[in-house]
Amino acid sequence: MLLLAFDTATPAVTAAVLDTGTGRVLASADQIDARRHGELLLPTIDAVLREAGVAKEALGAIAVGVGPGPYTGLRVGLATAAALGHALGIPVHGVCTLDGLARAARDAGAVSGPFVVATDARRKEVYWARYDADGVRVEGPAVDRPAEIAERLAGLPSVGAGALLYPDAFPGAVAQGPADQSAAALAAFAADALASGVALPSPSTPLYLRRPDAEVPKNYKTVLPS
Amino acid sequence: MAADEPLVLGIETSCDETGVGIVRGTTLLADAVASSVEEHGRYGGVVPEIASRAHLEAMVPTVQRALDEAGIKASDLDGIAVTAGPGLAGALLVGVSAAKAYAYALGKPLYGVNHLASHICVDQLEHGRLPEPTMALLVSGGHSSLLLTEDITSTVRSLGATIDDAAGEAFDKVARLLNLGFPGGPVIDRYAREGDPAAIAFPRGLTGAKDPAYDFSFSGLKTAVSRWVEAKRRAGEDVPVRDVSASFQEAVVDVLTRKAVRACKDEGVDHLMIGGGVAANSRLRALAQERCDRAGITLRVPRPKLCTDNGAMVAALGAEMVWRDRAPSAFDLSADSSLPVTDTHVPASHDELHRLSE
Ligand SMILES: [Zn+2]
Repeated sequence: MLLLAFDTATPAVTAAVLDTGTGRVLASADQIDARRHGELLLPTIDAVLREAGVAKEALGAIAVGVGPGPYTGLRVGLATAAALGHALGIPVHGVCTLDGLARAARDAGAVSGPFVVATDARRKEVYWARYDADGVRVEGPAVDRPAEIAERLAGLPSVGAGALLYPDAFPGAVAQGPADQSAAALAAFAADALASGVALPSPSTPLYLRRPDAEVPKNYKTVLPS
Repeated sequence: MAADEPLVLGIETSCDETGVGIVRGTTLLADAVASSVEEHGRYGGVVPEIASRAHLEAMVPTVQRALDEAGIKASDLDGIAVTAGPGLAGALLVGVSAAKAYAYALGKPLYGVNHLASHICVDQLEHGRLPEPTMALLVSGGHSSLLLTEDITSTVRSLGATIDDAAGEAFDKVARLLNLGFPGGPVIDRYAREGDPAAIAFPRGLTGAKDPAYDFSFSGLKTAVSRWVEAKRRAGEDVPVRDVSASFQEAVVDVLTRKAVRACKDEGVDHLMIGGGVAANSRLRALAQERCDRAGITLRVPRPKLCTDNGAMVAALGAEMVWRDRAPSAFDLSADSSLPVTDTHVPASHDELHRLSE
């Protein structure tokens, strides 16, 4: 089966086409531009399909990162995946974005043994998850201030832009590990999960992890001098 | 309905309504809307992040509902249109992303169109092709504008707009002051019907001889209503909600219709259309009709469901773009929260079109 994967939950706009039969990535493209997910994603998808020589009608499924990640960018990927899946009549599978990064870190040999993945959640927080020596997520995803989780994650190597951003809290940050998402790893993770029957998260339930900012307006302010 | 007229699906997500409409030429085939208005109610206004989350959830189901309602297959479509702006940035982006994906997957042209021009164009679904030129008064929670269009796919000129609150916003704020809930428009309209519009002389903003002829201001009016109501409350008297509603509403619609009719006369335009959510206001419709009749102007107001934000209006403008052979948008189309009203659509640059045709 031909699997199209993409993710917009980190500063990367990344897409890849994977042949699940051979496990080969036919094409992939990564651009780092946190502010232009909306503009870049569809041209990037088009580019990888062309490079792979795959007609969109030949796709068998879509895998998309469901976060956690900054919401506006995250939704670009999810809205695109939902509409593509609907129009092409193919299933859409969600993948926790941090699982894609974890897969990339292991495939690159950046980590062995248990480790942590952390991305930038802005507002001085990180999205993070902990993985065991087999690359299985054992804690998270969660969103926290780095200082608040530093102690319990002490001694573990860590990857991701969130770990690199807060060296005090993540002294084990692996500089040569992946900082942002790569769709090739996301695709590989999804393909393995589908083959082994591991449940993937629903693509219609983004991992926001925070409630929407919504201030209930203060009690009505008087305009007459009091 | 001619079978060769363009069949277009339109997606609208600029505020809190997820709208998907399907039209063939100027004929409405489907108008599916999912609203998150109730989730915003307790905040007294639209919360952007809540709206964006709701758009993402509602998008595919609403598209499917529209296709079912129209009784067509997505592959039958001649194009996909989407609101590219103006509106809430995060909310727009959900619709634009989905529209691109549908257009790409189906191999159909994509048209990123202007929300305000769509509000005008929707009238074609009710009263047939727009006369050229047409004057448009757009009034809603997000906009209050006087626009003159000569060709809705290419030429829209702004004559005036609000310098502070939008008309619908003033309704929301006064409704909150009177503890009538959100949104304020429908409930104030209801109370006003039983009140006296001449009970309280509220100010008419920007109507002095030296004021800009076509701009609006509702902030002073809102403050005047607040002062009046607070003074009553402080004196321990009951607030006559019906009279306050009627007098406030009269002040708003008096200024709106007076300026719209004046613009028509000044510009020599004999057709006025009114759109946007506030166009559903019964007193606005009645007074506009009265004043247009007196001035020999033909008034066109679509039914209320087409006046509020919806996908049919986007589809209507998209169909007109196809009909008039306007250039489609490229797949790097971006959502533009402050898209100028003069940009009726966002065509691809020449280079992009060249690349697309390869
Ligand atoms: Zn509107």
